[in-house]
Amino acid sequence: MKRRLLLFIPLVLFVALGVFLWLGLGKDPSARDSALLADPFPEFQLTTLEEPNRQVDKSLLEGQVTLVNVWGEWCPTCKREMPQLLALKARGIRLVGVDYKDSRDKGRAFLDEFGNPFELTVFDPEGSLGFDLGVYGAPESFIVDRDGIIRYHHTGYITPSDVDAVVREVGKWQR
Amino acid sequence: MAALIRLIIFMLGMGLALPSLAAIEVHDFDDPALQARYNALLDELRCPKCQNESIGSSNSPIARDMRARTATWLEQGRSDEDIRNAMVARFGDYVLYDPRLDSRTWLLWSLPGALVIVGVTIIALVVRQRRKRHAEGLSALERQRLATLLDTHQEAARMPQDERREKSP
Repeated sequence: MKRRLLLFIPLVLFVALGVFLWLGLGKDPSARDSALLADPFPEFQLTTLEEPNRQVDKSLLEGQVTLVNVWGEWCPTCKREMPQLLALKARGIRLVGVDYKDSRDKGRAFLDEFGNPFELTVFDPEGSLGFDLGVYGAPESFIVDRDGIIRYHHTGYITPSDVDAVVREVGKWQR
Repeated sequence: MAALIRLIIFMLGMGLALPSLAAIEVHDFDDPALQARYNALLDELRCPKCQNESIGSSNSPIARDMRARTATWLEQGRSDEDIRNAMVARFGDYVLYDPRLDSRTWLLWSLPGALVIVGVTIIALVVRQRRKRHAEGLSALERQRLATLLDTHQEAARMPQDERREKSP
């Protein structure tokens, strides 16, 4: 009887492998952890969208927890994300935008139309800051702590149901 | 016939047109060695936006950026490994077609070898057990049982034949 039970080992292994692979199939292949978690925010020297003569760098992010949102006028989901970003601002979160691969005129028109939740927007026409952040599509959001360390990365747009989670995550780093 | 020829020409034409749609810009280096390293890196780095395309074959904006950055870094004299590290630091392990051996990938790398070892061990154990049983032969009790079984079966096998022989003439 005991020997006969041993014959079921291959079946058990097969079912286990099947379940494992099945779970793998159900995963979203585009959902990946950011490579930059716990890394300092990359260095940059860029102007702001509002003022072409004003240079900003990463010291802008030091001192308080900030949600950095990478967006572009050309990105349709960014438009759908704006109400959530405005809601986050209303809940007391500091937001800094990165206008990624955009023109100044279009970027400004976008904020005029959909509202401006950002304390300021870094203008990144070549996408160099986006590249250093590992951004491969907009929108993407990063929570940067007081010391300028990236603590959280949200790829894709922040849905209305994500807002509470983002507020909680920011709160975690404000403590 | 003419229609068939026209169809064949049309299909050949389609084949010519497709690759030109997916044209990737060419970066020319003065140094052929640099060019070779550039082409090799383009093949081994995976486009993060795409599911399974190297940055050398993808037309997506991020792949284009990565090609441009690779070219700049090569011209700045950075090593291949340095460039790979810089890409992984930004986009994660995903961009390497050959995953590195680390705490998260050791299972991926070692499992095939481990399974071969387990398989060979099982086969060796089974073969050894069979051989052992063969060499031991039968005990006195088993031999006796075998003899009885053979006897009864031989009788049973002979019986119908004998019956036929008696009836046939």
